Amino acid sequence: MSGTSGTSGTSGTSGGAFLGMPSFPEAAAVSTQDRQLRANLSHATRTIREKRARAVAELADWAELRAAGKAIKDHTLRHLDHYLLQLEAAVTTAGGTVHWAADAAEANRIVADLVLATGEREVVKVKSMATQEIGLNEALAAEGITAYETDLAELIVQLGDDRPSHILVPAIHRNRREIREIFAERMADWGRPAPEGLTDSPAQLAEAARLHLREKFLRAKVAVSGANFMVAETGTLVVVESEGNGRMCLTLPQTLISVVGIEKVVPSWRDLEVFLQTLPRSSTAERMNPYTSLWTGTSDGDGPSAFHLVLLDNGRTTALADQVGRQALRCIRCSACLNVCPVYERAGGHAYGSVYPGPIGAILTPQLRGTASEIDASLPYASSLCGACYEVCPVAIDIPEVLVHLRERVAGQGGHRLERAAVKAAGFVLDHPGVLAAGERAAAKARRLLPRRLPGPGGAWTDSRDLPDLPTEPFRDWWQKNRPQQDS
Amino acid sequence: MTSTGRERVLARIRAAIGEAGSPGEEAPDGIPRTYLSAHRSEDPAALLDLLHENLVDYRAVVHRTTEHELPATVARLLAEHGSRTVAVPADLPPGWLALAVAGAAVQAVVDDGALTAAQLDSVDSVLTGCALAVAETGTIVLDAGAAQGRRLLTLVPDHHICVIRAPGQIVASLPRALPLLDPVRPQTWISGPSATSDIELDRVEGVHGPRTLEVVLVTGSRGRPGPSGATRLSPGRRGRGPHGPE
Repeated sequence: MSGTSGTSGTSGTSGGAFLGMPSFPEAAAVSTQDRQLRANLSHATRTIREKRARAVAELADWAELRAAGKAIKDHTLRHLDHYLLQLEAAVTTAGGTVHWAADAAEANRIVADLVLATGEREVVKVKSMATQEIGLNEALAAEGITAYETDLAELIVQLGDDRPSHILVPAIHRNRREIREIFAERMADWGRPAPEGLTDSPAQLAEAARLHLREKFLRAKVAVSGANFMVAETGTLVVVESEGNGRMCLTLPQTLISVVGIEKVVPSWRDLEVFLQTLPRSSTAERMNPYTSLWTGTSDGDGPSAFHLVLLDNGRTTALADQVGRQALRCIRCSACLNVCPVYERAGGHAYGSVYPGPIGAILTPQLRGTASEIDASLPYASSLCGACYEVCPVAIDIPEVLVHLRERVAGQGGHRLERAAVKAAGFVLDHPGVLAAGERAAAKARRLLPRRLPGPGGAWTDSRDLPDLPTEPFRDWWQKNRPQQDS
Repeated sequence: MTSTGRERVLARIRAAIGEAGSPGEEAPDGIPRTYLSAHRSEDPAALLDLLHENLVDYRAVVHRTTEHELPATVARLLAEHGSRTVAVPADLPPGWLALAVAGAAVQAVVDDGALTAAQLDSVDSVLTGCALAVAETGTIVLDAGAAQGRRLLTLVPDHHICVIRAPGQIVASLPRALPLLDPVRPQTWISGPSATSDIELDRVEGVHGPRTLEVVLVTGSRGRPGPSGATRLSPGRRGRGPHGPE
């Protein structure tokens, strides 16, 4: 898979958190009208759903692995301070330096200072959601440092001046034809141009990326990564990937800076036997991803001579304080929940207004950022509560449970705007049966005139759906005529 | 700033987890480790076949040979790939390359610890051993131990030939592999050549790592070590070599 936890940025975003984004219903209203996007997403998610099911079915003990993964993560979260201190000691002993960042600004400051201290003005990056969450690329740019994304999908996003839309495959909203255009038009602006006569065959596109990025790998002195796991007892970091860009970044530069959320720690080396079985199968539907890198501090003569680990809070402790919501911190960023979600498949990742899209994003983002803004307050409603996300989650996060919990919280603060309007309107009509009956009959008579979109505030619902046909008469009228006689 | 960040984060964690989080060593006994140690038969012949099958499934090119025929196999693979240069770790058993370099058709580029990535970028192939292989997942583990060299060696050239001794270096599963590996050593786990799923979520041709991975399964040594013991499992902190190539 392409990566570890996340990447940063894209020139189009600010502060990592896509603030100023429209709320989910508004964004989805636009994205669901994009037929190309829906076709790309539908093709990709269907492909991966079927493959994942086969990969999981190969393991007879999947349920046991899932239960163990859940238990390990819960145990770790209950003793998070203990394991982070153990990790810090182990990394330090192994020659690394550990930094702690309470929020995005602190993390960005630490990384920028570390880069500036090397005298370098460019870094290569492995896909890392944590650095995207904190808007690291933009923060580095403000210090005159250029960050080059090296994951193929992140490169597509960066060259296209775009935003990622999927945890695993950030450019899932682009098909091969669009990718070819982006490469042909934009690669020259960032370095080596795309080869003449580039076609849209994935092999040629991958070759173009290889040539474009190789010169950057060979000259890079500083790399920035995330990590999928950190082992407290040994101080080992783990990055799981497919392409080899991770290996390049983790091996060739002199200085490696890893920015990792505090929830990524696991207690023991042995725990990897659980997650390295469940993560690849859940994520890319592979028995094992092509490359996994594990390193502990620094090694003489092999790889970077300086290693810095930046432990990132940035809202995670707020989620930790919520007894129901904290299970979101078990997430290992496999993205299986995105691929099975009917809402994600139709709305796409951008509508979630966060680096964490899909069902996991709908419970993680409001906990990391709070529910004050319109987009964040709307996220717990971006679900039909069908439960498919919980079924596929390799660490058994009960996403519907957390969604409902967060809805209660949003309702408690006065409710999400659309929901408030809907409930108010419904309350009035249900309190006035005459209004309801008249409305129903009027609607039945007018059904030939029915528009595909509802006018007024109800239009939000039909922005992303076709309005169902109305019955020829209201149910209450039909019941009057057809109910069993003995009842009357 | 770092130290204040540290104290703030720790204070927030302790406030969030409350009493449940008394930092004492609650041994993670509550973890239900009822999952399997291995999913398939651990008969050595079956494991060899399973590894072979899974390597092929992820587009590695797999060859079987014997200890005696290994030098000829290596020479043939290099010739077929059209390689003029091959990078090798300094402690590669000399016999492996003996035939390939004999006619000066191929030149060995020995890593003395100073080879740069830029130099390796112009080398055609790389030849190494490995620490162990995991049959169920088709995974080769390199730990910078004997006959493997530094991590960049197997990363920059576009063609990697990796020698695995059967049955000595093959284990069934991840739960079997992890106790044999030393976390202190930098590790690269390789499952097939470089690939990407980034274009329409389909696993396709490689990007940055070696795009051609050839695996040579050396059979018939009945778990005995090679002449130099070069592919012996690196000494694990928490365990010993699997079925001991020694």
